[in-house]
Amino acid sequence: MSLLELRHLSKTYPGPNGAVVQAVSDVSLTIEAGEVLGVVGESGCGKSTLGRALLRLIEPSGGEILLDGKDLVQLSRRAMKPVRRDLQVIFQDPFGALNPRHTVGGIIGEPLKVHRIGTRAEQQARIAELLDLVGLPQDAAGRYPHEFSGGQRQRIAIARALALNPRLLVADEAVSALDVSIQSQIINLIADLQKRLGLSILFISHDLSVIRHVSDRIAVMYLGRVVETGPTETIMQAPKHPYTKALLSAIPRPGVARQQRIVLQGELPDPAHPPAGCAFHTRCPSVMPVCRQTRPALQPLDSSQKGEVACHLYPVQ
Amino acid sequence: MSATPLLHIEDLYVDVGGRAVIEGVSLSIAPGEMLGLVGESGCGKSVTALSIMRLLAEPPMQISAGRIGFEGRDILGLDEAELEALRGDDIAMIFQEPMTSLNPVFTIGDQITEVVYLHRKVDRQTADARALELLQRVGIPAPEAALQRYPHQLSGGQRQRVMIAMALACDPKLLVADEPTTALDVTVQAQILDLIDDLRRETGMAVLLITHDLGVVSQYCDRVAVMYGGLVVEEATAMELFAHPKHRYTEALLRTIPASNPPGVELPAIMGTVPPPGQRPVGCTFHPRCHAVVEACPRLMPPLEGQSHLVRCWNPAE
Repeated sequence: MSLLELRHLSKTYPGPNGAVVQAVSDVSLTIEAGEVLGVVGESGCGKSTLGRALLRLIEPSGGEILLDGKDLVQLSRRAMKPVRRDLQVIFQDPFGALNPRHTVGGIIGEPLKVHRIGTRAEQQARIAELLDLVGLPQDAAGRYPHEFSGGQRQRIAIARALALNPRLLVADEAVSALDVSIQSQIINLIADLQKRLGLSILFISHDLSVIRHVSDRIAVMYLGRVVETGPTETIMQAPKHPYTKALLSAIPRPGVARQQRIVLQGELPDPAHPPAGCAFHTRCPSVMPVCRQTRPALQPLDSSQKGEVACHLYPVQ
Repeated sequence: MSATPLLHIEDLYVDVGGRAVIEGVSLSIAPGEMLGLVGESGCGKSVTALSIMRLLAEPPMQISAGRIGFEGRDILGLDEAELEALRGDDIAMIFQEPMTSLNPVFTIGDQITEVVYLHRKVDRQTADARALELLQRVGIPAPEAALQRYPHQLSGGQRQRVMIAMALACDPKLLVADEPTTALDVTVQAQILDLIDDLRRETGMAVLLITHDLGVVSQYCDRVAVMYGGLVVEEATAMELFAHPKHRYTEALLRTIPASNPPGVELPAIMGTVPPPGQRPVGCTFHPRCHAVVEACPRLMPPLEGQSHLVRCWNPAE
């Protein structure tokens, strides 16, 4: 059994003039114990909504979230509380995520207090251990968030997320706001902690080069839906979906000439009025008549490969 | 490098309340050239850009020394009226956040024609025609309708296109683009950078492209200057810089990006953080984070030296 399984998860919001915005539509994904699943896509593709819905920080509109086979959607708020120990999150903005009036020790120890774990002395010992784990000095416990740089604040947020020994960590654009030289420090830290603690991570990012670096598997999202999944190397070396290809090709890399790139025309359609058929057909360089009419289902490529793709270019075997 | 640069910054110093932010930056841009200015937050790249436009918040910021020559004129010697005439006409600027740069209560058409009226004596018909022509040129779909729209009705990418249209209104000789695509999605980023590149090739304007993204620089810029701690630490053609980085900071930055490494391996990280202005160390600013420190590094700031490939380092990479 997978650690976490999402089945047909959806989240809708009321849109302008009675329209319904499908932020996340019918997403089914699994995360194994100790696995890092990267979710990549552009703004508005639903990746952050997906992360928040699976934590029930926002209520899903439909579908199931199975943790060890138990559906979290059915749980009351009260019954959710012990489950939250297993599910933790870190966000993009380490400035907004930390209470400026609390000391770092107070911030890191708060989950222990909320869940009433250990005596005060045990909590202090755990805080010291966590500071060590994320590479912060011990005297950080008595200081305030504003005394720390962006990278160090992200370390504080990571320490807090790990306080309860979670099994799944949702990292939502956790390194996107950091400078290049700091970004690699935090990527290394997350990768190291993942290995040492055997964590499962849902790593959400718009940056494929970061996703590629940390993930075992990748799911590509477009306008609320997963359009391709597969092992990291397969997605990077042999992407199938035209959107995945364009996304890969759009990353400016040293040494790749401008002419060799696929530059998509147009922008993301309005999620309140998604195009009929395949949502990507308005920008797809390989569009066919069928794409405008029928939405392709996400299905396995063939029995030998682990990937799935939602595209009419790859007919059902 | 051309013999007569369009813009020439010489030994620029900027400080905030007595703390030096820029500590002697020299740069020049030839007509039609795209120069990339790269560095991390706090390195002084945006302050350099704002100095060119004389848009620094003065006070508390203050240009304490240096010269900024534009077509032979010293920008630092101009009065406010002369600066007004220069901004948006010969030199235009676009910023990272196109939403806050546009006025929410005026239509796109109003905002573009405003620039035209400010700098050219034209009648309404001519200004309107110019606005339409500019929107067509920057690839806004249905440009006639777009003239009547308000900024909130456009997407982020469209807004940045409008900003570019406004910047182009008076055929500037220099476009200063400060992180123009950082707030945009990657597929839209590629469109906008291609547009800027096409426009400079068509019109012959020079571009100063300020970014933290080394990949962007390598694909679009002719030359690159790398900034660290308020100084240019390395400058070369883009091809040369990416093939043979000499400064240890440039070298470390190129090595640390995930795209340069196989998946899963530990990234060669740069330890520590960029020192904020006022807390910069003596000697080479980078030496506390450098893995190739020699005896001189903590004592003396190295000079920026070289023929076509300039580097500010006591122990450069070979």
